[in-house]
Amino acid sequence: MNKNGPLEYDYSVSKLFIMNALFVGTIGMLIGVILAWQMAYPEFNTFLGEDLAEYTNFSRLRPLHTDSVIYGFVLSAVWASWYYVGQRVLKVSMAESKTLMFMGKLHFWLYFAASAVIVASLLMGITTSKEYAEFEWPIDLAITVVWLLWGAGIAGLVGYRREKSLYISVWYYIATFLAVAMLHLFNNMEIPTIIATSPAGETMIGAWWHSVSMYAGTNDALVQWWFGHNAVAFVLTTPIIAMIYYFLPKESGQAIYSYKLSLLSFWGLMFVYIWAGGHHLLYSTVPDWMQTMGSIFSVILILPSWGSAINMLLTMKGEWQQVASSPLIKFMVLGSTFYMFSTLEGPIQAIKSVNAIAHFTDWIIGHVHDGALGWVGFMVIAAIYHMAPRIFRREIYSRSLMNMQFWIQTLGVVLYFTSMWIAGITQGMMWRAHDEFGNLAYSFIDTVTVLHPYYTIRAVGGTLYLIGFVMFVYNIYKTTSAPRVEESDLQNASPMGA
Amino acid sequence: MFHWLEKHPFFFALSVFVVIAFAGLVEIVPNFAQASRPLVGTAPYSTLELAGRHVYIKNSCNACHSQLIRPFKSETDRYGHYSLSGEYAYDRPFLWGSKRTGPDLMRVGNYRTTDWHENHMKDPAAVVPGSIMPKYTWLYENETDVATAYAEQLTIAQFFSTPYNTPIPMKDGSSKIIKMGDSIAEANALALEEAKVIVADMKDQDIKDAVASGKIPEIVAIIAYMNSLK
Repeated sequence: MNKNGPLEYDYSVSKLFIMNALFVGTIGMLIGVILAWQMAYPEFNTFLGEDLAEYTNFSRLRPLHTDSVIYGFVLSAVWASWYYVGQRVLKVSMAESKTLMFMGKLHFWLYFAASAVIVASLLMGITTSKEYAEFEWPIDLAITVVWLLWGAGIAGLVGYRREKSLYISVWYYIATFLAVAMLHLFNNMEIPTIIATSPAGETMIGAWWHSVSMYAGTNDALVQWWFGHNAVAFVLTTPIIAMIYYFLPKESGQAIYSYKLSLLSFWGLMFVYIWAGGHHLLYSTVPDWMQTMGSIFSVILILPSWGSAINMLLTMKGEWQQVASSPLIKFMVLGSTFYMFSTLEGPIQAIKSVNAIAHFTDWIIGHVHDGALGWVGFMVIAAIYHMAPRIFRREIYSRSLMNMQFWIQTLGVVLYFTSMWIAGITQGMMWRAHDEFGNLAYSFIDTVTVLHPYYTIRAVGGTLYLIGFVMFVYNIYKTTSAPRVEESDLQNASPMGA
Repeated sequence: MFHWLEKHPFFFALSVFVVIAFAGLVEIVPNFAQASRPLVGTAPYSTLELAGRHVYIKNSCNACHSQLIRPFKSETDRYGHYSLSGEYAYDRPFLWGSKRTGPDLMRVGNYRTTDWHENHMKDPAAVVPGSIMPKYTWLYENETDVATAYAEQLTIAQFFSTPYNTPIPMKDGSSKIIKMGDSIAEANALALEEAKVIVADMKDQDIKDAVASGKIPEIVAIIAYMNSLK
């Protein structure tokens, strides 16, 4: 590991993950758009004909959408950023260790293979039904191996590091690794049914991939939402914060506003986030005290969340003209703003009396998407726009395309969440409406047909976002294949030098 | 302290883990044993019902339908008594869902019939005008996987002492026995017996013929499951 001269970072693993993020991102969002149109116009359920209806139908595609955007698109981007940022803030090159490089590539290819199996199995209807943990035991094992490979990669880079202090981003990557490992293992405790033997002595009965959860009913729900909520926290939040802590100062040339604020938000987020899982189970059969804890901690969660977001926005102090001049800064600043917005909306929905109306409605879907499209999506896009010129040694193909993409996608997000707010609150209020005699005022179907215009607006919003994403993919593709080669790495220094 | 942790990755990671694992321990462990006790009158799923539950899961019905009635007047008016923890004691996995694009199904067996489901799954909008639920036509063609349901029964009986073949106390003081086969052949026979009861109320001649020849289309299994939700 000894070498004189400047470090040459090796981005080959990062590159693979970027390609995958672009590819799966397009597919995952396309499926989302199809689902949105299916809800507005059910005839789209058979868009490939009656014969393939089983595979194009809403309920079969829905887990494919959520899993491909979360674990295909976002996770790929997170790993692309890790294999880029990790080397730089720890001052080690992947090229220095053959083992680390091999592990990185193995990490990618195993992940890619597992993803392909997941797509096939979900289409076939092989699922455990648990949201964001639909995978059966063989895939769960593969995921564990992929995850541990990443963990070993982190440990390797950290172990070889030249920079003694871990930069803030690394804290968040480590937290992501640990938390998801814990959540994945405990939520997927299941017994493969293939091990059963019948009294007649028959073995290997039925589908070999099938398993049964080790938890039943209320317990299963509790463990699932302890997982489900925090999978959101530790796949869609902490690694994205890791990204913005690196890319925003890098891109803007500004130092992070406050180290103390980053400390407070990090440890605060770590402690508070897990508790909030209970807010998915308000008014259910889990014990009352747990529901109350879920509610209270969700409100407290505003503090560390806003801590990070404010830290980001104040990093731009005195440099706000960059928001106007750079489309990349636009993505990051609006991303942070959506993060603030989404982390205020979440706690509001977690208040018991609000949840009584919001739960089970489209308002929740709206909340998920202003976070996912506005914060996570925009940050991932910004990170890739920042990394691409440095990885491919070429300037971004078109700035005006970037700008146009920004405005189209922003419009898409706004249409999405506003329509879903109205849809959710309308439906929630209609479900509970009583007439003067105390009878239910509406039959269930009344509360469905009324949503048609909002479902249509949402589908338009989603389509706009997808169009923007395709522009993004095109822009990156043109960047990688442009003849002009850019040798300089810099633009901006900090954090921790180039 | 924080500065020190930032220079010592192992202890940093350890501290992070303790901080994040804490909430899970406090929230999940205390009530775990208590929450899994069945209510009097709650019985495990029969072979065909369990196979039907697998069909429900295979098609992600839980993506649009909840099985959790909250303790509000508007919900109990619409769906029946609010849900109790013990009613879920044999639900592995739980199927509460998180979205009600369609209505709750926790007690659908109380107010919908075999005949209603048969028509509705074929063309929901024909039964409920304005419905946005897709047609589930393949349920009428695909054959039910009874063997996997049987394997699951064996597994839960062995690992979680799910009471098959033993008397289960009912609310009215009587008791009921849910049978589980001793072999795959017996499990198939039990499922077919249940299927015959369901098809007696169905109109589709192809489905009737299939069951008569010993095959169980998925629609029959899922209706058996729906009817068991009470």
